[in-house]
Amino acid sequence: MKLKPSAIYIIWMTLFTLIPMALVLYFAFTNPMGKFTLDNIINVGRYSSIFLKSIWLGALSTIICLLIGYPLAYMISKVNTKYQNIMVMLIMLPMWMNFLLRTYAWMTILENNGIINNILSSIGIAPLSLINTSGAVVLGMVYNFLPYMILPIYSIIVKIDKKIIEAAQDLGAGKRKVFSKILLPLSIPGIISGITMVFVPAVSTFIISKMLGGGSNILIGDLIEMQFLGNSYNPHLGSAISLVLMILILISIGIMNRFDRSSINEDYMSHH
Amino acid sequence: MKILSKIYVGVIFLFLYAPLVVLVVFSFNESKSRNTWTGFSLKWYEKLLSDTEILHALVNTLIIAAVSAIIATIIGTMAAIGITKMKKWPKKVVMNVNKLPMVNPEIVTGVSLMLLFVFAYNSIGILRPGLVTLILSHTTFCLPYVVLSVLPKLRQMNPHLYEAAQDLGCHPFKAFVKVVLPDIMPGIITGMTMAFTLSLDDFVISYFTSGTTQTLPIAIYSMTRRIVSPEINALSTILFVVVLLLLLVINFRQINELKDKKS
Repeated sequence: MKLKPSAIYIIWMTLFTLIPMALVLYFAFTNPMGKFTLDNIINVGRYSSIFLKSIWLGALSTIICLLIGYPLAYMISKVNTKYQNIMVMLIMLPMWMNFLLRTYAWMTILENNGIINNILSSIGIAPLSLINTSGAVVLGMVYNFLPYMILPIYSIIVKIDKKIIEAAQDLGAGKRKVFSKILLPLSIPGIISGITMVFVPAVSTFIISKMLGGGSNILIGDLIEMQFLGNSYNPHLGSAISLVLMILILISIGIMNRFDRSSINEDYMSHH
Repeated sequence: MKILSKIYVGVIFLFLYAPLVVLVVFSFNESKSRNTWTGFSLKWYEKLLSDTEILHALVNTLIIAAVSAIIATIIGTMAAIGITKMKKWPKKVVMNVNKLPMVNPEIVTGVSLMLLFVFAYNSIGILRPGLVTLILSHTTFCLPYVVLSVLPKLRQMNPHLYEAAQDLGCHPFKAFVKVVLPDIMPGIITGMTMAFTLSLDDFVISYFTSGTTQTLPIAIYSMTRRIVSPEINALSTILFVVVLLLLLVINFRQINELKDKKS
């Protein structure tokens, strides 16, 4: 029998992606004795405030990234092509530094005796408590994930045919109208992938909240981590929380894709 | 660009680079303080280079990245070849499974693999968390990226070339090596580079599947949890300079290639 070239891949993905997912499902619906139970899923409800906080902070960071990132992506697309590549590389460069180190750098900037407070005290202003606040967590998320918003939007905007914009202007459309009727609708696919690429890691992070949020800003990621490696070891509850998180993210991706009429999953199977 | 846009771009770049500047500057600080400058010194670099724990973690990280990038590239390329020949429905199913590790939050992937390895170790006594489980996990999250970077190259290829080579008496394997492989090579290299860098940088999935084995990101994480030594700044600086040099080399090569093509 001749082995198909994709056989190893299919076995690999079954062993290391599908079976682990099935294990999460199994653990979520069983107790330590291996008996079926809905208790874990019901217990997730106890942490609804943590879920709400994660979604709120994740959504807030996503919106801030969009508001900061869109204008920047647009400006990059307007400069000379030669400089565009340099600017894109400059945006990607910080991402090459491990994100733990980047977040650690923010710790040293925001600390109570950190750089910002040192500067403030040298000009005679009372120190601010910046670190261990939810604001610091949002800042960490925006900082770490901003490039994921800028790059997909930029790559869509540069592809927009300049002639369409010129045509609109010739027909008397003002700046605002060109933006709302042409630029914005045409850049929706980039905005959608930017939002997804920022929201998914932001809502499920556990490092940024731990390093910049202190103990008082526990998010879903921290909650999951505690059930698997932390003090409150309970993989059954941890799996249930992971399951709810996954469903939450799938729903939000589904909602996002509904906005994207132009390219409903323009992926690799559409060539038939 | 208008002056207002220039200021805007400047502020964003300041925001992006300020933390890096802070890290680099304080790696040369004389005292242990991570935010008060006391004088220039290279002692944290000396300390770092004699820190066997970190050097060991670095070696682990490089081994894991190299091995999983190679495995992922081989399996992923073969998978891509198989997928292009699949019928509509199997293809759809495989492509959706392929998306799973990319769409899933990293923490869920990490936790699910941890469950698998704990389960395998407790029931049949294999796959104790360590170097091997790290390689298996990294290969798993890199595979989808390799598949997605090889597939488009295969689609652009003219399928008749492969058939023509065989019609002219070429053994299928030789036809593959001589005709198909050179055509899809750029995709394979992109996939492999992506796999290597994703693996180098991964913390979350490693955190759940490493047992007691240290990788560089895990070592960095435990450093930030302890009393912090500016060694971590020295380490960041070295890593950043290495990455910068690599990027410059790659860019120069691309520019030179372009020049060669033009002349």
